[in-house]
Amino acid sequence: MVEVKLSKKEEYLQRTLEKSAVRTPISEFWRKFKKQKLAFISFFFVIFLILLALIGPFIVPYDIAEPDYENVLSGPSATHWAGTDAYGRDIFSRIIAGTQISLYVGLTSVLLGAIGGTFLGIIAGYYGKWIDRIIMRICDVLFAFPGILLAIGIIAILGPGLGNVIIAVAIFSIPVFARIVRSSTLAVKSTLYVEATKSIGAKPKRIIWKHIFPGTLSSVIVYFTMRIGSAILTAASLSFLGLGAQPPSPEWGAMLSGGRDYLNIAPHVTIFPGLAIFITVLAFNLLGDGLRDALDPKLKD
Amino acid sequence: MIPGDPARLVAGPDATIEDVEMVRKELGLDKPMIEQYVSYITNLFQGDLGTSLKTNRPVSEEIGERFMPTFWLTLWSMVWAVAIGLLIGVISATKRNKWQDYLGMFGAVSGLSLPSFWLGLMLIQLFAVTLGWFPTGGIESWKSYILPAFTLGTGVAAVVARFTRSSLMDVLKEDYIRTGRSKGLSEHKVTWGHGLRNAMIPVVTMTGLQFGFLLGGSVVIETVFSWPGLGKLLIDSVAYRDYPVIQAEMLIFALEFILINLIVDLLYGILNPQIRYE
Repeated sequence: MVEVKLSKKEEYLQRTLEKSAVRTPISEFWRKFKKQKLAFISFFFVIFLILLALIGPFIVPYDIAEPDYENVLSGPSATHWAGTDAYGRDIFSRIIAGTQISLYVGLTSVLLGAIGGTFLGIIAGYYGKWIDRIIMRICDVLFAFPGILLAIGIIAILGPGLGNVIIAVAIFSIPVFARIVRSSTLAVKSTLYVEATKSIGAKPKRIIWKHIFPGTLSSVIVYFTMRIGSAILTAASLSFLGLGAQPPSPEWGAMLSGGRDYLNIAPHVTIFPGLAIFITVLAFNLLGDGLRDALDPKLKD
Repeated sequence: MIPGDPARLVAGPDATIEDVEMVRKELGLDKPMIEQYVSYITNLFQGDLGTSLKTNRPVSEEIGERFMPTFWLTLWSMVWAVAIGLLIGVISATKRNKWQDYLGMFGAVSGLSLPSFWLGLMLIQLFAVTLGWFPTGGIESWKSYILPAFTLGTGVAAVVARFTRSSLMDVLKEDYIRTGRSKGLSEHKVTWGHGLRNAMIPVVTMTGLQFGFLLGGSVVIETVFSWPGLGKLLIDSVAYRDYPVIQAEMLIFALEFILINLIVDLLYGILNPQIRYE
């Protein structure tokens, strides 16, 4: 077999061609993102968590609701990896089943907040004038209540429960997204290509959907990921305070709250759900940091 | 407004319908919403926040007693958070991309991800129950402040560390830092004297905003440590649907938060003489 030998110049040419062929925005993002090892690992861990949330209830080794009074508050062992709680229920199984609840609450609340905030932010940034002023003043009012307090206030009105926690967390996410989207809308609006689109007579609806919205998307995605971690934390805190999920739900915060009374004799009841919250939130936060560095390095915390 | 009828709650579980209606009249809850609102606001400006449904005492008294414990708790949390946050931030920025930086930043993101109530419970178990170094809750002596302040400050320390790092890294690229180095200043003086001083301006703003986070976090931490402060009162009031207290607490928290933001804005002008308010 005859090997074709390339000259140095040809080799160089081929290499540059290969390089330039793959430089799309997505591959560029992937190249930067892969460099962040922790974020990369977190990405796979989050996928694992999502899978666990989907199939978790079907693969748990023990029934999550059935009490077993022979095995009350027993420590971690080969049969019960994370021990059992005050009703003898397997904590490991309950943590796996609880993944679904935490992810569901985190994702839906931030998604609702992101949709609402993006909508308001684009309207405010694009139309300006009095619409802008009204929307941003409402956001200022919401900003006057520090984080979780607004959620507690909303729950005081709506009553405790997981559904109301989602609404509460969504409401206090709205102004955050509105502010970020408004400022990127203002930046995109003043670019030449939007000016050009306007001058050929495109309608506002088309300009917003085809040009402004995609321009704001990268900061929305970054913030979306970063907020999920804190949304899961807030929801768990509210459940811990007795304002969110109620026992016997295997929600991690509620499980932890139930273990408080046995902290002295059976600390594992409190330790493991807390670890689950910590690792999950950590994964989302690391992923968010990685996405920020890869997508939008200008955004800082 | 709040689910569950407050009048029925006050009248007690055995009350007849007539009793409940009488209580409703007494509380003024039978009047139209607007009238109730106007009388609430009028009373508010006269310093009257209403009466607690649970204890029958004036809300202003209830809140007055609880204010200082929360104030000291948030203040000490802030002191500890700023001290440790600045230290980690400066080390990370000066040892950029070395193991100290990676360790510091991993520590910071972990601090952001820790459920504070869980951290609090673990610290109580270890340092109060097992080792007996600190009380498990309440306010007994100065020792009572250490565990709650540490727990509450951890999240803020993480934010301060991350923010200080990025701000200081930006400043260390400036020309005047190079000038300082080239005229033979020690690295110590360059970082702490020139670098940090200029890097502090955005850090102060950020830290001020974190006070809001502390106020929110105090609600959770006070419940964990049975702290006789505003946060615990809020949770107890929500459980009892003691709405005059809930309303007053929301008002106080928002007011405090706005006040702190104002102070931060004014401080900003002092720190950076280039900014002048007109």
